Amino acid sequence: MSVDYSKVHEVVIVGSGPAGYTAAIYTARAQLNPVIYEGSVTAGGALMNTTEVENFPGFEHGIMGPDLMDQMRKQVLSFGAELVTDDIVSMKLDSDIKELIDGAGNTIRAKSVILAMGSAYKELGLTNEKRLSGRGVSWCATCDGFFFREQVIAVAGGGDSAMEEANFLTKFATKVVIVHRREELRASKIMAERAKNNPKIEFLFNTQILDVLGEDKVTGLKLKNVKTGEESVKDFTGLFVAIGHLPRSELVKGQITMNNEGYVEVDGRSTRTNLRGVFACGDLVDHTYRQAITAAGSGCQAALDAERFLSGH
Amino acid sequence: MATEKVTAATFNDVVLKSATPVLVDFWAEWCGPCKAVAPILEEISNEYAGKIKIVKLNTDEEGPIAMKYGISSIPTMNLFVGGQIVKSIVGARPKPAIVRELSEYLN
Repeated sequence: MSVDYSKVHEVVIVGSGPAGYTAAIYTARAQLNPVIYEGSVTAGGALMNTTEVENFPGFEHGIMGPDLMDQMRKQVLSFGAELVTDDIVSMKLDSDIKELIDGAGNTIRAKSVILAMGSAYKELGLTNEKRLSGRGVSWCATCDGFFFREQVIAVAGGGDSAMEEANFLTKFATKVVIVHRREELRASKIMAERAKNNPKIEFLFNTQILDVLGEDKVTGLKLKNVKTGEESVKDFTGLFVAIGHLPRSELVKGQITMNNEGYVEVDGRSTRTNLRGVFACGDLVDHTYRQAITAAGSGCQAALDAERFLSGH
Repeated sequence: MATEKVTAATFNDVVLKSATPVLVDFWAEWCGPCKAVAPILEEISNEYAGKIKIVKLNTDEEGPIAMKYGISSIPTMNLFVGGQIVKSIVGARPKPAIVRELSEYLN
């Protein structure tokens, strides 16, 4: 199936996590023939790099993140939606007919657009973190954990992702140290308990990472105790960064109203942005809940909002 | 030209002694981003046949080579020219971004 670039489509969906795929399922069932740009390397979204998802309703025994996304994708296809495995590289959203350009250079036009670009990993912002990325600094435990067998590594962060990564990494590493800036974890109780009960996991609270050390690979971290101000150097051969996410909203900057952190703002409980016919959902909007199920829920809302908008068009 | 598989036995001839630049994709079966970037590398390999060779090294099967090149994240795509690494791309990226990284070797 190939996309017809000559016509004006009813709805284009940008992004393919639980939000984008759910919006696709709903708009496809509403006969709106959605075109979904699922991303050339980000298709499936953040869950593609996770392991077991235990809290998505309907899966008594849990499901692997990539499997869940594969199921959603197949469900999208079963309703005849058009999936494009490419990125949108620019968008013009302020007129009645919205114009989007994809990575291959095609222009696609639509009456409505659902933004579901999700979020990207936040970086610590240290020069050496970038330089040593792929040399011991990683953002993906499921991809890279294997390379840290029998090693002592650090995980930066205090939320659920940090706990999940740390637990997963104990399969390979001899010791995993969670380095967290605050006194207490942000993670949910069940995830925090699991990490605390894991004999291979240790915690360094109130600790800020000042620098990543190493010439051509990570050898250690320069740390600072934020309470006492005391600085120290500890040996690690790896650093996994799991300090949170940033919304992927750069593409619509200047067109769409967003808050200081770059999250797209929507009207009340709806998914309507400041532009007519443009809706936003998932992690792009939500800095509070950020769950697969809430993303899916807001994808559904965006689809219904778009459908309502189009029927009154 | 489609990408080809490279092993310890062929690495020297196929990569280090190659007359054309060779991009080595260090990957593994269990790595999601590796799978995502695989079709993009196939496309680049086909489109720029003759200018660049793209080969795939399975880090599960060829641990010692991955270790020798200090691979600790995958996918890592190292570009070898005359047996030396001249560029290292870490992590899956969209096609235009990879082509841009390789541009000086594609003309």
